[in-house]
Amino acid sequence: MKTITTTTALGTYLVRLGDDNVVLGQRLGEYVSRAPELEEDLASANTSLDHLGMARYLYTYAGEAEGDGRSEDDFAMLRSEREFTNAMLVEQPNTDFAHVLVRQFFFDAYQVPLWTALAQSTDARLAAIAAKGLKEAQYHLRRSSSWMVRLGDGTDVSNERAQAAIDALWRYTDELFESDVVESELEADRVAPLSSSLKDAWVETVDRIFETAGLARSEDDFQTSGGRDGTHTEHLGYLLAEMQWMQRSYPGLSW
Amino acid sequence: MDAALVPGVVVVTATALTLDEVREVLSSVTDPEIPVLTIEDMGILRSVDFERDGGVVVTITPTYSGCPAMEVIASDIVAALAGAGVEARVATTLSPAWTTDWMSNAGRAKLAAFGIAPPDRRADDPLSLVEEVRCPNCASTDVRVVSEFGSTACKRMMVCSECLEPFDHFKAI
Repeated sequence: MKTITTTTALGTYLVRLGDDNVVLGQRLGEYVSRAPELEEDLASANTSLDHLGMARYLYTYAGEAEGDGRSEDDFAMLRSEREFTNAMLVEQPNTDFAHVLVRQFFFDAYQVPLWTALAQSTDARLAAIAAKGLKEAQYHLRRSSSWMVRLGDGTDVSNERAQAAIDALWRYTDELFESDVVESELEADRVAPLSSSLKDAWVETVDRIFETAGLARSEDDFQTSGGRDGTHTEHLGYLLAEMQWMQRSYPGLSW
Repeated sequence: MDAALVPGVVVVTATALTLDEVREVLSSVTDPEIPVLTIEDMGILRSVDFERDGGVVVTITPTYSGCPAMEVIASDIVAALAGAGVEARVATTLSPAWTTDWMSNAGRAKLAAFGIAPPDRRADDPLSLVEEVRCPNCASTDVRVVSEFGSTACKRMMVCSECLEPFDHFKAI
């Protein structure tokens, strides 16, 4: 078994964060032109760009931390499904507007405490990336929370569909707060927090917004995980096939 | 033929310009998405320094991490300085993170005149819902948000309840 050192742990950790951002960015990009109104198409495109920008910083740093010469494009375009270590939440499909918003809300409520903690990292470069991400994530959370309230407290239909999306996505939320040996290694040097330490803040945000919105946690408390080890739901493969097609078909293509 | 030997042609090296003159050249570089603002007005331009080989390094910071204008801005900087005979390299810094507090007063005035409501100076509290935004058309503060995002990541869409004009607001972050 490969020994985990701070350097290899940092590379692995940065790739995870990068994967979360690139996969969610791709999902939001797919949604452009499908939103119920033009303003939300623009919001999806802008949020997608923020996630993509963060992924670029994280992958570039991961490549340097690993020292094997992998570039941001190698990480995003030339790894297969089992090599992606994103949380399963972000790969879930754009079933309807409610699913898009609930997925975003769950993720934003996780990213705000994550970037807040990482902004205090002893690793100066990661701290700078996190401080940048925090500003954007706060805006994302502001938008997704206000949509949760509009959907939950809107019509019977909007409430039903928001609740259905919560029930469908709830099972992927615990995975965001699982910690492993990679995080323990980084936590010991105060480079990164344990994901488990972020859960209280997430629960507080979710419960507060749900109460205002007239929505509830899922009654089914089944939880699943595996994304951090490369085990995914069937949806990721299709997403990567579309995202990577150009680079796989025409290796080295650039413009 | 070596240009230096041609009568009447002066080879300008970087050291021929002072840093102030380099900054003067850079004042022609604008944001491609908001052309009334220079990169200095925006607070994107962080520093200008000489390198050991006599070239110039211009340090910029991104507004939003995914802002597609950053690459255009970097190539515009290199082109503007090349036009003045200066070989420049663009470096990017993330820390400290860009804030709209760095936008100059001249920049804020130009934004308002262009029809975009400038950001409040309250970037320390991005989640605050109490922001005083004035309609750039009629100056009313009776305005409301249409969408948290607009035509670019840095703006959101608002509408004035007084004159009914829709407008962009440059978000404070």
